[in-house]
Amino acid sequence: MYKYDEYDQSIVDARVEEFRDQVQRRLAGQLTEDQFKPLRLMNGLYLQLHAYMLRVAVPYGTLNGRQMRLLAHIARTYDRGYGHFTTRQNIQYNWIKLADAPDILAELAKAEMHAIQTSGNCIRNISSDQFAGAAADEVTDPRPWAELLRQWSTFHPEFTYLPRKFKIAVIAADEDRAAMRLHDIGLQITRRDGILGARVFVGGGMGRTPMIAPEIRDFVPADQLLSYLEAALRVYNRYGRRDNIYKARIKILVHEIGADRYRDEVELEFAQVLTLGIDPPAAELARISAMFAPPAFDAVPSVPHELAAHDPDFAIWRTQNVSAHKQPGYAIVTVSLKPIGGIPGDASADQINVMADLAERYSHDELRVTHAQNIVLPHVREADLYAVWQALADAGLAEANLDLISDIIACPGLDYCSLANARSIPLAQKIATRFAPRQQDLGELKLKISGCINACGHHHAGHIGILGVDRKGTENYQLLLGGSGAEDVSLGKITGPGFDEDGIVDAIERVADRYVAERSEGERFLDTYRRIGMQPFKEAIYG
Amino acid sequence: MKILTGNDLATGDVIWWSGAAWSRHVEDAADVADQGEAIARAEEGARRVTGAYVIDATQTPDGPRPAHIKDRIRALGPTVRPDLTLKPADPAAGSWVI
Amino acid sequence: MADLAGDTDNLLRFRDDEVHDEPAMTLDSFVADPGNASAVRLEAGDDARALLPFIDRLMLVEVSFPSFRDGRGYSSARILREAGYTGELRAAGDVLVDQVSPMRRCGFDSFAPEQPIDQSVLRRSLDRYDDVYQKAADGRVPVWQRRHG
Repeated sequence: MYKYDEYDQSIVDARVEEFRDQVQRRLAGQLTEDQFKPLRLMNGLYLQLHAYMLRVAVPYGTLNGRQMRLLAHIARTYDRGYGHFTTRQNIQYNWIKLADAPDILAELAKAEMHAIQTSGNCIRNISSDQFAGAAADEVTDPRPWAELLRQWSTFHPEFTYLPRKFKIAVIAADEDRAAMRLHDIGLQITRRDGILGARVFVGGGMGRTPMIAPEIRDFVPADQLLSYLEAALRVYNRYGRRDNIYKARIKILVHEIGADRYRDEVELEFAQVLTLGIDPPAAELARISAMFAPPAFDAVPSVPHELAAHDPDFAIWRTQNVSAHKQPGYAIVTVSLKPIGGIPGDASADQINVMADLAERYSHDELRVTHAQNIVLPHVREADLYAVWQALADAGLAEANLDLISDIIACPGLDYCSLANARSIPLAQKIATRFAPRQQDLGELKLKISGCINACGHHHAGHIGILGVDRKGTENYQLLLGGSGAEDVSLGKITGPGFDEDGIVDAIERVADRYVAERSEGERFLDTYRRIGMQPFKEAIYG
Repeated sequence: MKILTGNDLATGDVIWWSGAAWSRHVEDAADVADQGEAIARAEEGARRVTGAYVIDATQTPDGPRPAHIKDRIRALGPTVRPDLTLKPADPAAGSWVI
Repeated sequence: MADLAGDTDNLLRFRDDEVHDEPAMTLDSFVADPGNASAVRLEAGDDARALLPFIDRLMLVEVSFPSFRDGRGYSSARILREAGYTGELRAAGDVLVDQVSPMRRCGFDSFAPEQPIDQSVLRRSLDRYDDVYQKAADGRVPVWQRRHG
């Protein structure tokens, strides 16, 4: 894992004092709310429905046991004993006091954490593959690249007042576990002629105008990547729309002027920026990469799955929530934060501590946050899986539902969010409860719920997506089918008229039944949908 | 009736204008008639509230009930965590929201 | 043209030379007829590159910030500095104290904010960060260069 040096620490410490100063000026009346709002947002502090909300960055979703335990401590000391893990691999707290925020940031800084740029019209937390460093299919570990980008984007003087927020994802495998092409910039690290570099996709996103990012450059060598990104952002900063907040994301610019013209503009700028020497030397990426060297794995034999499965509940979990590791004898564990009937992504301080303990004891002191709002223990010996499962089960964390219909992504919705039009969580609870008995049979089925058109719950990318809207003061839900955030990326399509809360659960049942009736051997829901199209499902839903 | 709400600048708590001061309980909300904007500006200037806005509500025997579900959720707390609402012991509180 | 020169009552300069008090021309009028003019005002949406043929003779470029949220002027500043402009580069308009530091990094060396800037807050802000991650237009040594010499 990355370890701060004196420079990183000094920058984060200075940020704490800067924010303390800004909060004091606000409380003393030297800043209006209009002036303070962008300052607090750039440190992840929102004003939500019930209180201030603080979003803490988990850069590229990676953290260690000490950091995880600190998150529990903050939940307990400054909030109401829990936190919410988000689709941007961050954690947010819902009940924060403005006056406490500087102290929280000071505590975070001691464990090399911060809330820098977790909101605001700037470059946000760099997201990545939650299996980075453990997946067999990666070209290299993408996290050193993400760390390089984290440093470049932190307080970037030119890109702090962009037209709108800016999200970057980095992956290094063909399997896309980070919804890379649904980001403002998606980078796929590849190797060409022995040199590592990035394929660059620009202009993806969800929100009210979902777009899949087109490829803008097929390869940028590692030693020119920051120059290229500087050019890509500068074109956006200069020409992105500022007249309409709903058209201000880079996807609209790329769409309106076209990928070809955007590419040409970036190339012109890139040629100029390359002369400035803004890319660090190769030694910097090497320095960072050394800190992401694989842990000292033991030479242990692989444990046959059948032998381990002496407990049927464990066997189901072992099949569902454990993924192959590149190191023989090791496995990747995904801890589900989606208990049936629970709140997707929420974890209590006690549960966070349990996961911290397990990481330290069994996973080389590493955890990951996934964009699907789960937690990963990336490096667990197969021989330890049963012990890990037992500890998780004791803490209510052993739901065996990874990528099944109850592994729902849901935004906080109208229960917490001031932008929401409808509640998301109660719907997630009803759906999980209704379908849990048959979820193994339904197989991989990614269901995603957003409580408004901003799409924080990724509904466009759900095999089944749900969008909550406000219809004349009551909550109404639209149903979408056929989306995917993975390497087979696609955007869901609306089935037709919306439903009330119970109506949409029934509609999903009819969709599930039709899938079961139509599926071929081994076909996922998404595959069946793509083969037979929307019409049979529409007939099933609306009769 | 029109009532005035916002968040306490320092704590972030949801608060309601009672006619002379701010209260955390919507039951205390007073009808501000057409004075809401003026009170909001003065109170924001005094840094006792942030993000103040006027909403429609109906007077009921139990006190004012905000017209929109969003403000009823603000008044009570998250419907999915009754234990964290202002009325954790009242099982009927959730139906007041819906 | 005096109204285009911005409000200079609050002028804040990080240069030793005399204030160049020639009224700034709009970009359009300057490009149409540069004459002997050496002071130009760029609106937020103006293309700073249009000034590149003239950077050797320009003594003042004023960049307008109609709202503190409009960040286009930061790129205008960098484009001019990257092309070698050494004259005064002034940020004018809705410029807030917390923005002076990043603006300095982009090459601004003069500020004409609509509202006066609190000097003690500004001093704290400018002294806040001993280290910066990026190479920008202000010559500060980025952290990666300190790490690798």
